[in-house]
Amino acid sequence: MSEVLVLIDHVDGAVRKPTYELLTIAKRFGEPSAVYIGPAGQAADVTEKVKKYGAEKVYVVDDAQVKGYLVAPKAEVLQQVAEKASPAAILIPSTSEGKEIGARLSIKLKSGLITDAVDVQPGDGGPVATQSVFAGNFTLTGKVTQGTPIITVKPNSAAPEEAAGAGTVEEVTPTISDAAKGAQIVASQPRKASGRPELTEAAIVVAGGRGTGGDFTPIEGLADALGGAVGASRAAVDSGWIAHTFQIGQTGKTVSPQLYVANGISGAIQHRAGMQTSKTIVAVNKDEEAPIFELVDFGVVGDLNTVLPAATEEITKRKG
Amino acid sequence: MNIVVCVKYVPDATADRQFESDNTVDRVGVDGLLSELDEYAVEQALQLKEKAGDDTEVTALCVGPEKAVDAVRKALQMGADKGIHVSDEAIAGSDYAATSLVLAKAVEKAGPVDLVMCGMASTDAAGSVVPAMLAERLGLPQVTLASVVESQGDQVRIKRDGDTATEVIGGTMPLVLSVTDQSGEARYPSFKGIMAAKKKPLETWSLSDLGVDAGEVGIGAAWTAVEETTARPPRTAGEIVKDEDGSGATALTEFLASKKFI
Ligand SMILES: Cc1cc2nc3c(=O)[nH]c(=O)nc-3n(C[C@H](O)[C@H](O)[C@H](O)COP(=O)(O)OP(=O)(O)OC[C@H]3O[C@@H](n4cnc5c(N)ncnc54)[C@H](O)[C@@H]3O)c2cc1C
Ligand SMILES: Nc1ncnc2c1ncn2[C@@H]1O[C@H](COP(=O)(O)O)[C@@H](O)[C@H]1O
Repeated sequence: MSEVLVLIDHVDGAVRKPTYELLTIAKRFGEPSAVYIGPAGQAADVTEKVKKYGAEKVYVVDDAQVKGYLVAPKAEVLQQVAEKASPAAILIPSTSEGKEIGARLSIKLKSGLITDAVDVQPGDGGPVATQSVFAGNFTLTGKVTQGTPIITVKPNSAAPEEAAGAGTVEEVTPTISDAAKGAQIVASQPRKASGRPELTEAAIVVAGGRGTGGDFTPIEGLADALGGAVGASRAAVDSGWIAHTFQIGQTGKTVSPQLYVANGISGAIQHRAGMQTSKTIVAVNKDEEAPIFELVDFGVVGDLNTVLPAATEEITKRKG
Repeated sequence: MNIVVCVKYVPDATADRQFESDNTVDRVGVDGLLSELDEYAVEQALQLKEKAGDDTEVTALCVGPEKAVDAVRKALQMGADKGIHVSDEAIAGSDYAATSLVLAKAVEKAGPVDLVMCGMASTDAAGSVVPAMLAERLGLPQVTLASVVESQGDQVRIKRDGDTATEVIGGTMPLVLSVTDQSGEARYPSFKGIMAAKKKPLETWSLSDLGVDAGEVGIGAAWTAVEETTARPPRTAGEIVKDEDGSGATALTEFLASKKFI
């Protein structure tokens, strides 16, 4: 069976959940080989983690030469690993950096790229990827017809399945060109952990918009009662009430949770683009004409400042 | 300084967008316009020009069908100095790889360029990959997804909201730069701008002008193929209740419990 390369998504060696989803998907059409580009000191720990999800091989690339630069050196690393492994496919997490790594790699390997897949299944002549396009109004299936399929996959596209893999370590010393070092990371400020689930990975998202008037306490209260993440519309972000990383929509994050609760959000097309594929949609809005109600499974016409705190209290009581 | 801004002509996102029978985007049935997200790139290019204050020239570049010249015109009205429209029947149905090839050849033909500026994503394909592909093809570094852009001499610094951190990225021109919608509102064309645009140079280039073989682009040369497009089934109408004296909270709680979210 051929190898399927999976680029590990991690922060300083802390593996993020989409990695396990990608390994699970990789097993559908080959032997998962995880590619770790990171601090060498964490390699053993990372290997232990990914082999539990079926990684047969782990390519370990010390990032001494890579960190400090954006995208291009990582694309060179993947190119060199791919040339060695001749994989059946390359799966990359669909983060903004992941997509750009895929883009450069696509040109280097003269291979087709599919971005933002929400599912990948084996098909005749290679993996078939599903994408959601036009603000979630269309579903599209497609495949790569030239070279090695390179597919970036969104979080929550598969349920991670544990499977014992050999986890054979292969160290790779890449050659990084000077040209790839043209864009340097001058400063980096890691985001403060909110203590809540990661927005794009969360099963429940509670979001607030302009209708919050700037007070996100009712939103956070409900999110915490349900164990969910907090999100926002662009209007709330532009007003400076919440950081841009929490924005959901066309120019923010796309989420596809089991439950999405929109509060004080009108439901503009650009917002829908980021949440329309959520499984269950609930809205609280004081305007019964708000377009968000066209999408909902359940809606409350009311003031979020009274409805949310009361609901939060009832939920907390029920949970006991 | 020479700046080329890549502007795409896209179907209006607020209209009813569709696919053609060959699964390419319907670019005829729906009104098109300059992609909103590329207006931010034009704006930042114009601000860099205003700050540099020298003989900086901003060229708007668009690859697209005949009507796509409207996107270039809009950029000229906003204040770009020159326009280039690459149009050729053979380009129809091109994927990212082919689009980036044509853009790269056009940038090369446009002369020595210091900055190639792009939007964060096109509002139709939304791949956010063309800038990186273009950088790869041109052999240039990329500083992408900027919310703040600054330049001094040939040095560029951007701020970006990365996936896990807020970062400052630096690079030396020439490079490819993309900007987000956090970079600041784009200006509206003024009456003067609209009048002035009519006299600005606007060239139309074909594939042969670029030395690109028709066989390298278009749907036939694509590295990916769309197999099927399906309209999302309309959501079944949900239940909507009016909150009266706390009934809304109770109904909401009941609903969440019935769906096992509690
Ligand atoms: C290029 C571009 C990109 C964009 N990208 C995004 C994006 O990524 N994400 C995004 O969200 N938007 C995006 N937008 C903006 C989008 O068009 C809307 O302007 C935005 O989503 C509106 O946010 P909102 O629903 O919070 O505010 P509004 O549209 O003002 O709606 C506020 C709602 O709150 C309700 N309300 C008010 N008070 C209360 C109360 N006390 N209780 C309950 N309800 C109340 C009102 O009835 C109203 O429906 C983009 C726009 C452009 C042009
Ligand atoms: N056909 C095109 N003509 C000009 N610029 C384009 C074209 N396609 C993409 N771009 C540029 O690349 C950016 C990202 O596009 P995409 O990768 O399609 O999301 C856009 O914001 C434009 O700046």
